[in-house]
Amino acid sequence: MDLFLPPVSGAMTLSLTSAERALLDGTQGEASAMAMRIVVAAAELLGAEELVSVASAHIDGCLHHGDGGVEFAEKLRDGGGQVAVPTTLNVGALDLIHPGVVRADPHKTDMARRQMQAYVAMGARPTFTCAPYQVGHEPRRGQHVAWGESNAIAFVNSVLGARTARYGDFLDACCALTGRAPLHGLHMDRHRRATVVVDATKVPVGLKALDVFYPVLGTWLGATVGTEVAVIDGIPLDVTRDQLKALGAAAASSGAVGLFHVAGVTPEAPTVSEAVGGPTESIPTIQVTADVLRVALDRLSTATGTPSVDAIAVGSPHFSLAEFEALAQLVANRRMRIPFYACTARDTLKALEDRGLAQPLVSAGVEMVVDTCVVVTPILPATGGVLMTNSGKFAHYGPANTGYEVVYGSLGDCVETAVSGALVRDEAMWTW
Amino acid sequence: MDVVIRGRPVVPARGEGPLRRLTRPISLWGGVDPVGGVVSDPRHPEHGLSVAGTVLVIPASIGSSSSSAIMLELMRERTTPAAILIGEADAILSLGVIVGIELGYPAVPVIELDPAELADIPEGTILTVDEEGRVAHAGGG
Repeated sequence: MDLFLPPVSGAMTLSLTSAERALLDGTQGEASAMAMRIVVAAAELLGAEELVSVASAHIDGCLHHGDGGVEFAEKLRDGGGQVAVPTTLNVGALDLIHPGVVRADPHKTDMARRQMQAYVAMGARPTFTCAPYQVGHEPRRGQHVAWGESNAIAFVNSVLGARTARYGDFLDACCALTGRAPLHGLHMDRHRRATVVVDATKVPVGLKALDVFYPVLGTWLGATVGTEVAVIDGIPLDVTRDQLKALGAAAASSGAVGLFHVAGVTPEAPTVSEAVGGPTESIPTIQVTADVLRVALDRLSTATGTPSVDAIAVGSPHFSLAEFEALAQLVANRRMRIPFYACTARDTLKALEDRGLAQPLVSAGVEMVVDTCVVVTPILPATGGVLMTNSGKFAHYGPANTGYEVVYGSLGDCVETAVSGALVRDEAMWTW
Repeated sequence: MDVVIRGRPVVPARGEGPLRRLTRPISLWGGVDPVGGVVSDPRHPEHGLSVAGTVLVIPASIGSSSSSAIMLELMRERTTPAAILIGEADAILSLGVIVGIELGYPAVPVIELDPAELADIPEGTILTVDEEGRVAHAGGG
């Protein structure tokens, strides 16, 4: 029997199509009816007036926080749930390819595996990556999608120009099963226009060419603009996808950034004024200065002085092929003296193996982690200590989630530290 | 019924318990241990206090969308507040309750109201809430 959900605020404003009512009535089975009830309840909570069809979904519900997540996924599966649109899966709590990488008791291991498998049984691709856009899930500009995972949301909105609100646990899965999402927030034109201009034209070109700049800019951006939509002016036109990925991931960690524009680069910002949708004088402008970047850079390290480094982790968001190629060049067949974890998608690791690039890195001492990462599940040595990373997101979540202190540096700094066994960090470029 | 205040029922349901105030916004994820229902964030002013079974007043819910998942865990562990009175309702916390109801756990009322309107009521006073968003002294006329 259907559980009738109590009406919530705004219930009078939501109108449903006959197809959506049919889903609620269970014509497609109990699982899609349950998913539709939750989508409708969320739409009412959010004040949406209608639902929108989505072209794809990315579910951030595979990570085991407790057995409720398993119960929810298995109830949908047992009710005959199948995804209605192409759907990828975010990281889980286990590396299913390399058992033993994650330390967990047998109960948690069993439940975490069941949670991941329930979504696969419902037709989602077993991508288990926080960067689905690196494994072939690339919606087109203007398409509505329902994505979870904060960095993926920022990337799909900003870099690809598709449209998703910031979905989270449960709702993303319900959108996948129904193919519908509440029409609100970043799905709508009026919420996608820039509300603040970020002027990065004064930042030295040499610094802006470096990967290490982008997590710092993102950390500052998220902490400064919160949920506002920024258009950043002065970023080089040849900025890479990995640099934009790092910028968005850091901004979505330190703030709640779901969309940013880069003038001349991202699809909705041919120019600053087009991103604003009107005169730029009508909204505030913030300057990126050496001083504010210094504060953001310092925020990314909690360990002070020149600490000894106990572990190094890269790959949040998950490492791309291009990042692995850069890593291989930097390592140059030397050996790591500090545990070095590279987190990536199983599909990316496969591509790396096919190109013969994985084995030399593993031989050098790189531990490949797939399907999960070091800040969401116990992987780092239990001894604790200091973690070095080139990731703004690892630096943000590392201390609370792993107990490690963190030190931020470039990928080159991470490799030199790993090879030499002592902290190497070049910070000269941050002063101008 | 001795109605103290009426708020906006975001998730309408009944509940009864002692008043407990959190003086700062909280992220359930990383902020409340679902097994014991205790505030676990050492930086939170009410660190160590239990929210289980209380009529819990929160200024706002902040942080990770995984807070929905923690709300569901609280409902499964029967460590949830008896009712949540929140200054600024958000979809994340309420969505966790809605999913919990779908899975058959007892509903937790969520009512949006201004916490300042409860300022005169002593901590620990037994309150009831109802589906209409009314907050009253338990057993009141």
